[in-house]
Amino acid sequence: MALLEVSGLDVRFALRQGEVRALRDVSFTLDRGERLGIVGESGAGKSVAAFSLLNLIAKPGFIAGGSVTFEGQTLNTMSERALRRVRGHRISMIFQDPMMTLNPVLSIGEQMVECLKAHRRISSKAARAIALDKLQQVQIPSPEKRLDQYPHELSGGMRQRIIIAIALLLDPDIIIADEPTTALDVTIQAEIMALLLDLCEQHNVGLILITHDLGVVSQVTQRMLVMYAGRVIEQGPTREIINDPQHPYTQGLINALPQMATPGEKLNQIRGSMPSLSNLPSGCAFHPRCDFRIRPNGEPRAACVEQVPGFVDTGNCRVACHMVAEMLEDRRLKEETP
Amino acid sequence: MSIEATHVAPTENVIASDAPATERGDALLEIRDLKKRFSLSGDFLDQLRFKKGRLVRHQEHVHAINGVNLDIQRGEALCVVGESGCGKSTVARTVMGLLSPSEGEIRYDGQRIDDLSARKLLPYRKRMQMIFQNPYASLNPRMTIQQTLEEPLRFHHPEWDRAKVADKVETVMRSVGIDPDWGKRFGHEFSGGQRQRIAIARALAVDPEFIVADEPISALDVSIQAQVLNLLMDAQRERNLTYLFITHDLAVVEHFGTRVAVMYLGTVCEIATTATLFDKPRHPYTQALLSAIPRLKDDRPQHIRLSGEVPTPVNLPSGCVFHGRCPHANARCKAEIPLLQTQPDGTRVACHGVEEGRL
Repeated sequence: MALLEVSGLDVRFALRQGEVRALRDVSFTLDRGERLGIVGESGAGKSVAAFSLLNLIAKPGFIAGGSVTFEGQTLNTMSERALRRVRGHRISMIFQDPMMTLNPVLSIGEQMVECLKAHRRISSKAARAIALDKLQQVQIPSPEKRLDQYPHELSGGMRQRIIIAIALLLDPDIIIADEPTTALDVTIQAEIMALLLDLCEQHNVGLILITHDLGVVSQVTQRMLVMYAGRVIEQGPTREIINDPQHPYTQGLINALPQMATPGEKLNQIRGSMPSLSNLPSGCAFHPRCDFRIRPNGEPRAACVEQVPGFVDTGNCRVACHMVAEMLEDRRLKEETP
Repeated sequence: MSIEATHVAPTENVIASDAPATERGDALLEIRDLKKRFSLSGDFLDQLRFKKGRLVRHQEHVHAINGVNLDIQRGEALCVVGESGCGKSTVARTVMGLLSPSEGEIRYDGQRIDDLSARKLLPYRKRMQMIFQNPYASLNPRMTIQQTLEEPLRFHHPEWDRAKVADKVETVMRSVGIDPDWGKRFGHEFSGGQRQRIAIARALAVDPEFIVADEPISALDVSIQAQVLNLLMDAQRERNLTYLFITHDLAVVEHFGTRVAVMYLGTVCEIATTATLFDKPRHPYTQALLSAIPRLKDDRPQHIRLSGEVPTPVNLPSGCVFHGRCPHANARCKAEIPLLQTQPDGTRVACHGVEEGRL
């Protein structure tokens, strides 16, 4: 059985204007030590997905359906008290902005010791020793000194290393990292990602990496989900999706990257922009931006506008697209009638 | 920069200019030995300190730019890249006259513009326009799109009648792919990508020849980035624009730029044509920067890890500003500031190691 199993997750926000469905029918699994990427543009629901795993959705949001199962325990129906034993302990989280995550009035050492003492019966001295060890693991220069420093005395890259050290403090099984390097410069980003990757491999920690950067996902993760307007539209092994994306949106996203085009030529853009969640188009949410809703022979594919596409299996990947489903069906028919 | 001659003695042309004297007429914009300092010490009274019974004036500065020389040729897109705090945005703002340089000169079309009065600068303002990073902040929330786009036209063409202004606004809206019927809407009613199109339309409204774009796509999503980048490239082709493009995203530079200047801590460490820079980066910092781009395919060379962090621009390191993080630094790098030297292929690099043939 998978370490973490998410099935049919449905998250809604009860707003004054009406209910907004931020996440619909999101399902995936994570094995021990596996690294999973969740990719999408802003508003796709990737952060909501990450937060809902630990039931961190704040009001007016709520989990309306589905389940998150971790080692046989259902996290989304658990009491707050029981959940606290999982949060930060078995599953820890790294957030985007390292300045916002650290408490500005506590020294680094105090924050780390506090976290250890909250979960374990341990002396302050022993906790400090563990903290120091973790700081060494994240390769911070002069870790001894950092324990007594405050967050504002450290640079952005250094702060993010501290956050990673804190996430690792209690030897978790899974780390959820929500855009961990977006606020950092490229050279620092590369170092932090390399560090995170090393540590996850060393300690056999699972990683759920939320990002909009396809380059980062392709270098760090083994499997990935692509999200669009609150739904997963494609999932499978990262290499396969990057090299041969099936869903038109994933194709568009990858082809829109400047590194995929000849310098000086026009980039392959996806026209339009992501719809607002409160006003989703009918059928497939991507259809107004999709070229494939018209068949090659010029006749429109009605299903795209009328019906929400279900998942079809294409070997190792699962894709939610009528065009792909039709293509597979055609291929199957051809094979049957030689 | 391919036209740059190599017969000029390197040290000579470093001090004088980015291009040899004979070809200086071609450049649309020349930046000469530009320096910009920001005071950290407040005003005069704040600077006074009591030390050993005496009143001393104590001043501290952020050295944002330390002697930058750049020439921008007509019709090219010069990209300036670097990490946060390297001074790239300060260069852009100084060029536009939003900041005044502490030292150095800026020449536009042969005419020095950095010391002109606001009135005398007016004709140049029409010829050069700026696009900012954050389209949520750069559009006035209390003005409709129509008003936003009319403002520069009314200001620069007071003789135009209402119909002519409205006509021009409609044309420019169409050219950036915004429906002219949306003119009565306000900025907040548009998505980020649409807002950036409007900001571009505002810059294009007065038909400039030179555009400074400061991270114009950094705040946008990937699929929208491609749209805006295409729009900027179309505009360049149709209007023969010259760009000074500030960005931290090297993948964009590779696609968009004619030439690239890499900045580190207020100095330019390498200038080259885009193809040369990506093919054969010379400066150790450029090499590290290029190796840090997360690529989709796994064919890139191993990431070069830099030790340490960017030093503070308040107390600049002695010698080469990069020596503290450079794996190839030696005693000379710590003592002597390297100057930009022209390589046989026209690339200009400020590195002792490259100059000595060590790298």
